[in-house]
Amino acid sequence: MNSRLLSPLLLLALWQLSSLAGLIPAQIMPAPSAIAATFYDLLTSGRLLTHLLVSLNRAAIGLAIGVSLGTVLALIAGLSRRGEVAADPLMQILRALPFLGVIPLFILWFGIGEVTKIGLIALATKTPIYLTLYGGIRGIDSKLIEAGGTLGLSKSELILHVILPGALPSFFVGLRYALGVSLLALVAVEQINANSGIGYLINEARDFMRTDVIMVCLLIYSVLGLLTDAWVRLMERHALAWRPLIPGIRTP
Amino acid sequence: MPTPIARSRSGAAADTGRSVHARGLTRRFGSRAVLDSLDLDIAPGEFVALLGRSGSGKTTLLRALAGLDPVSEGLLEAPLATATVFQEPRLMPWKRAWQNIALGLRVPDARKRALAALAEVELADFADAWPATLSGGQAQRVALARALAREPKLLLLDEPFGALDALTRISMHRLVKTLWRTHKPAVLLVTHDVDEAALLADRVLVLSEGRIAHQETIGLIAPRSVDQPEFRALRRRLLSSLGVDTPALETEPALATLPRAFALGLGR
Repeated sequence: MNSRLLSPLLLLALWQLSSLAGLIPAQIMPAPSAIAATFYDLLTSGRLLTHLLVSLNRAAIGLAIGVSLGTVLALIAGLSRRGEVAADPLMQILRALPFLGVIPLFILWFGIGEVTKIGLIALATKTPIYLTLYGGIRGIDSKLIEAGGTLGLSKSELILHVILPGALPSFFVGLRYALGVSLLALVAVEQINANSGIGYLINEARDFMRTDVIMVCLLIYSVLGLLTDAWVRLMERHALAWRPLIPGIRTP
Repeated sequence: MPTPIARSRSGAAADTGRSVHARGLTRRFGSRAVLDSLDLDIAPGEFVALLGRSGSGKTTLLRALAGLDPVSEGLLEAPLATATVFQEPRLMPWKRAWQNIALGLRVPDARKRALAALAEVELADFADAWPATLSGGQAQRVALARALAREPKLLLLDEPFGALDALTRISMHRLVKTLWRTHKPAVLLVTHDVDEAALLADRVLVLSEGRIAHQETIGLIAPRSVDQPEFRALRRRLLSSLGVDTPALETEPALATLPRAFALGLGR
């Protein structure tokens, strides 16, 4: 068995024993077994899946818009001097703005519906994509671009065969950040008067003092984080197969 | 008398029976002229080596010929079909070996052409290798194949063996010579290595203060070997034109480390 599992399992055992012995009140923190039972109930009643799909849908749409926006802006700023002058200062200003601070403004502008929720996720995720992809494009070895020129590549061929593949590793770094940020944004926006989604489940559970439901939802969030990270890693392994493996460093 | 800047890559020099034709070539960085009214002709199929101390403008001249840098003044004619091999292989890490060669090849069977070029540099088995998995010598051979697959009229080599170890360099010398005999492009080899220049080239130029200060036509010393008195005399002349005191060097171990290259009989 993986030795890295040892300490979490130990903690889990300690937690379960303490709860059984009555050392931890169930109102504060229910036993792992109770949480598992609640998870099973939520799953079999279909409630969990319904709300999870709503949340995933929000995150996916927001992320798709944010990633597209960040990519397009990074290409504009990265590939031409004029584009840089036009786009980069604005993006730097937007970057300095904490997206959570925009929530009241978005509510006034777009109400408390889906537009605000998806818009905030898009706003939050476009920044890491923009920053990393723009940096990646600008960081391409100029010697490779020069070599591409001596091979007679046109401007568009240079972009397609030299610049974009060279910036792809940076893009993936940005994508991983963006996925993390999208979950963070999801948590935040689902606190806004939602009537569906994992955040809604949490709010409802708070009103009924159901710590067990809250714990299940928090676990769902962290599993989502782990799954999306694994998904990007899988894509990286295919798209960046050309990268040399650094001996001694193994991706877990 | 100001000369108009004329840079032609149309192959106009072919009319005059020259592959490269440069007159009054000048390149200034600020007030300093790195190339100072330089004249140069290279015949089709001629192998020319360009020697010079560092900072003498060797690379500046090569980059001007490659069309990578502008010239400040003068006339320069070079064939459109020019290919360059740099000191570093400069392969795209995200393209497999054959894809690197096929990149920008405007022929219908680019992959076939790329594989043939790889076979010529004895890397047929490495067609699908990623550049990061190749050794320095292998990567440089792919770069050489990439240049040759373009069937250049002029092949520019910018210290292509500089970063390789001595043994790899020797086999690269042999390979370059073989490929040159097969394809017969005009070659300009920029190097700081007197022995390399004398070993490979038909003609050796010494660049100093922005001009061709000295040149030697090597002709028919055969076999090119360090044991040849003619070769040693040539070597001495080239070194002295580079400002190196040769009699002192004859006894230095630097010479003793290299003679294998000559003993291998890389000449004709």
